[in-house]
Amino acid sequence: MRKITLTALMIGAVALSACSQDRFNAADGSANAAGMSGSVNDPTSAAYFNQAIGDRVLFAVDQSTLSPEAERILAQQAQWLNSNTAYSAIIEGHADEQGTREYNVALGARRASAVQSFLVQRGVAPNRLKTVSYGKERPLAICSDESCYQQNRRAVTVLTTGAGT
Amino acid sequence: MTPTKLLALALALLALAPFVSAPAAQAQDGRLRIEITEGVIEPLPFAVPTFQAETSGAAPYAEEITRVIAADLSGTGLFREIPSSAFIANVSSFSAPIQYADWKAVNAQALITGAVSEQGGQITVKFRVYDVFSGTELGQGLQYTGTVDGIRRIAHKVADTVYSRITGESGYFDSRVVFVSESGPKDARQKRIAIMDYDGANVKYLTDSASLVLAPRFSKDGNRVLYTSYETGQPQIFVLEVGSAQRRALGTGGGNMAFSPRFSPDGQSIIFSLEQGGNSDIYRMDVNGGSITQLTNSPAIETAPSFSPDGSRIVFESDRSGTQQLYIMSANGGEAQRISFGPGRYGTPVWSPRGDLIAFTKQNAGRFHIGVMRTDGSEERLLTASFLDEGPTWAPNGRVIMFTRESQGAAGAPALYSVDISGRNLRRVPTPDAASDPSWGPLQN
Repeated sequence: MRKITLTALMIGAVALSACSQDRFNAADGSANAAGMSGSVNDPTSAAYFNQAIGDRVLFAVDQSTLSPEAERILAQQAQWLNSNTAYSAIIEGHADEQGTREYNVALGARRASAVQSFLVQRGVAPNRLKTVSYGKERPLAICSDESCYQQNRRAVTVLTTGAGT
Repeated sequence: MTPTKLLALALALLALAPFVSAPAAQAQDGRLRIEITEGVIEPLPFAVPTFQAETSGAAPYAEEITRVIAADLSGTGLFREIPSSAFIANVSSFSAPIQYADWKAVNAQALITGAVSEQGGQITVKFRVYDVFSGTELGQGLQYTGTVDGIRRIAHKVADTVYSRITGESGYFDSRVVFVSESGPKDARQKRIAIMDYDGANVKYLTDSASLVLAPRFSKDGNRVLYTSYETGQPQIFVLEVGSAQRRALGTGGGNMAFSPRFSPDGQSIIFSLEQGGNSDIYRMDVNGGSITQLTNSPAIETAPSFSPDGSRIVFESDRSGTQQLYIMSANGGEAQRISFGPGRYGTPVWSPRGDLIAFTKQNAGRFHIGVMRTDGSEERLLTASFLDEGPTWAPNGRVIMFTRESQGAAGAPALYSVDISGRNLRRVPTPDAASDPSWGPLQN
């Protein structure tokens, strides 16, 4: 049951991603990415990054501080990015719907930046990491209670091909 | 004036020669008057018999114009229409003398009569307003001329005149609203910028839904709209010409996120939020490019800036105290005074066009409210309460506020609502799809 929900959420995110670059996020279910993201059993694959390590970290209400769990995931993300330098990443910051629109854009920017700073601290070249905030515009889970809100307060590290800029 | 045919309405405001003999002082007799500064009022009953069709074929126009006038006035909550089924007399011709007793008998305090003619695609509407109980005409007869496809605008002009004569305030019916039209499920919402009449009629789309767009904001003259678009992959500020729907990026952000823009009252510059290293501050920029000035400098979130009507000050929100609160600073930046001190969080402040009030969104105890306060923070009043109300915008006369109300749950969607500043007359504004982020434009010329 849990797994089914997660799959559904990831598919849900596909349509939301507006990006012209090739993306290798689990969220991306398009034929292109599915063909190129590789097997989750291959530790150099995007699928491994997305699913085995985890492409996202979650935040407390109105916070952009990284939890110990988030730092554990991000440490592995950094290690992976340092070994797989063909990839860059866009870090997407998001907020739940409990807030005004502009504030949530700014809050998502804080969250994305917190992730970016951590990854840079762990050795990832800054020019491989971009940030963008979607505020409350792109929820993954759409109910109006905490069970959904906690999934939406997130920063997602979306892999892209190509060297940094 | 905008160049599109729909809007090129060449409204001629003419005092009809035969009416000019009525002395202006007659309008001052003061009996028929609504004081809309007071809280609770009894709506003023009015009768508007269907305007006379003075040329063949004008009857459908006369009917529509009359209905729009009645809807405008009733929609304010300040007026109540007496249904024509209650009438005991008709108006046989526009020039016939008024039989006040017939209108007193049905308890109409105001009577609006009019006539419509059509010639070569031009519509002319003339009308008079009467104070039934004192048996006098209120002001002078007027006529408006426009094109057939602009008859709703002509009707709004008539209603604005009636509203203005009875309330002493300027009206707001001949105005437009830009907003975000939304479709699709909550986790894959498609958004595009749209424009409509204040009452939801004549919706037109100004952008497609290829990119996420947020929060359009009118210039004071109503000719341009600022908005935020994700079309480059980053939130960036665009300006759109309403008449041509031409748009261009303002180049505000460089590689950084720029959002929450508003025009200065003179339309020469914009204020907006710019994010750097995760921190959002408020900046000012010449709308034609050129220098960018940083107005706030703190590690807090500073966003949602709005100019005072004279352009000298800026109200904005900041969480520098730990939660979102409202602050006012000089238009050149510098020290800011906090003005919100109640429980909860305050955001999206908007200065009223009269300069006297700030409208805002308040979050407290799990509810959202639209409220107003004086510019010094005193006399805070909450006008609405719901699961999610946000983003107030002012009617051009500063008497009514429109905002976004989003319903709860997986099937939740936003809609536009209006409420007057006393908290009365909450109404949903009809839109074809879900709608958010309204920005109310000026009265049109």
